Amino acid sequence: MKVLTRIGFWLLVAAVGLFALFPFYYAVVSSFRSGAELFSVAYLPERLDLSNYVAVFDRQPFGQNILNSVIVAATVVALSLALGITAAYAFGRIAFRGRALLLMTILAVSMFPQVAVLSGMFELIRSFGLYNTLPGLILANLMLTLPFTIWVLTTFMRELPKEIEEAAFVDGATPWIVVRRVFLPLMAPAAVTTGLLAFIVSWNEFLFALTFTLTNERRTVPPAIALMTGSSAYELPWGTIMAASVIVTLPIIALVLVFQRKIVAGLTAGAVKG
Amino acid sequence: MTSAVAQADVPVPHQARGRRSSLTRSRLRSAWLFIAPSLIILAFIAGWPLARTIWFSFTDADLNNLNDYEFIGFENYLANYDGEWLGLLTDPDWWHSVWNTVWFTAVSVSIETVLGIVVALILNAAFPGRGIMRAIILIPWAIPTVVSAKMWNWMLHDQFGVINDMLLRLGLIAAPITWTANPDTALWTVVMVDVWKTTPFMALLILAALQMLPGDIYEAAKVDGIHPVRVFFRVTLPLIRPALIVAIVFRALDALRVFDLIYVLTANSRDTMSMSVYARQQLVDFQEVGVGSAASTLIFLIIALLIVVTLAAGRVRLGEDPR
Repeated sequence: MKVLTRIGFWLLVAAVGLFALFPFYYAVVSSFRSGAELFSVAYLPERLDLSNYVAVFDRQPFGQNILNSVIVAATVVALSLALGITAAYAFGRIAFRGRALLLMTILAVSMFPQVAVLSGMFELIRSFGLYNTLPGLILANLMLTLPFTIWVLTTFMRELPKEIEEAAFVDGATPWIVVRRVFLPLMAPAAVTTGLLAFIVSWNEFLFALTFTLTNERRTVPPAIALMTGSSAYELPWGTIMAASVIVTLPIIALVLVFQRKIVAGLTAGAVKG
Repeated sequence: MTSAVAQADVPVPHQARGRRSSLTRSRLRSAWLFIAPSLIILAFIAGWPLARTIWFSFTDADLNNLNDYEFIGFENYLANYDGEWLGLLTDPDWWHSVWNTVWFTAVSVSIETVLGIVVALILNAAFPGRGIMRAIILIPWAIPTVVSAKMWNWMLHDQFGVINDMLLRLGLIAAPITWTANPDTALWTVVMVDVWKTTPFMALLILAALQMLPGDIYEAAKVDGIHPVRVFFRVTLPLIRPALIVAIVFRALDALRVFDLIYVLTANSRDTMSMSVYARQQLVDFQEVGVGSAASTLIFLIIALLIVVTLAAGRVRLGEDPR
């Protein structure tokens, strides 16, 4: 009985692992196959054919797309953290009137359906001449990352012991100095977590990027992959699409594996507590 | 969410009571200075666009020329021309998309909850390789939705897809299935991919709740020889219920605004179109900013209503059961 339970348990573990990993594994296998090879199914990699990886960068500005995504995501993370840490200090450490209501409003904004602001955001971006530009996307993505950055950092900020800042205030420090000299170093781990989540959100964002860009050179990675086509109508573009998918997924997987604990901490702080 | 609501209501303990010192006053002033930039930016990129979207829903604006429009009242929602009712609320495609979204949310969140509990229980057991397993299940969550939709699109390809190949080899189906094009399977396909992608999120939230449970209850149950299944339903499930509800609400709110997955997996197909896909199609593809904004506004109202109900429920529960 005991042995059976153990076998059953390991079968379950294997099934979950296989289900989680197989699509990515199959994308990697497919990315090494091109032309007529794709007309048959292969479960194991046959040879290391990198022609799809070359084609992705050859046939479209995919390098530019990746650069665009990096620029947008990095700027969004930097802005969200800078604004988020100062706001979180006020929300987490100072009992001012209206705090609970404001925090609730910010939480509500983070649950907003993106499509609810789509036409208004379109008008805003166009009236500033930011249509089909990266600053336009940065502005739009900030709406997605800033609320939860504030929220998650606030929950982290609350958990720090109060003695820390009291000592600084007794020594005559102003609130601004306290934030910069005392809380900024202490918040570094939380900032890494939140920054990672914000990076992933911005890196994966699709609806705004699809709607607010027009030309292939200005697109970020998600719309670029979604709109990818073969070199002719008769060719299956799946080899190149899979190669592109693998390229943009590998850095994310690396991040997840390295920062696994931090990401989980951020998710639970944002959702279970938040 | 609940504990944060509680914390927000309780004044910070280190706040000086009674006479306000100059320090307290300067801190209160700085509080507003510190949150002002964030609030101004949020008002600018969330509040204003939302207000404009709602305003546009009462106009006949066109995407090509957003400066030239007229106020037409509720005509985008419902209008009567010569005894014939027109507008969003009479459009069967809109109601179909509402139904699709609700069905998708209910089915996918239910499946994800059950599977999430199973995966969380697995990860909560001590076994060699647990850390690796936890990293593995995070991978589907981290892959960009567009990319995962494309991966599954390829796996589900009607002629050359690996899923059909597997099922044919196993003898489970006689002929290849056109997963995303067939109205009978399309929405189920979307659900399946969503389950693959977001079960990890559910599992991790539930796992966090499981890990906060005290171990001695389980010791006691073990000593008393109670069957593990019974322990799960009588002890574990009631204890993780608050966290479970929060996770379900978060997932449901997320599922109600689904766009990427459906758009990439099945394009603008009527069989799977969600409310968000419908709104964007009106707005961008048909250039009908008025109708698109009306749809957006309704989506916003539906989700806002759910958020208010959830937050209110959280408060009420806190009043009864201070934790």
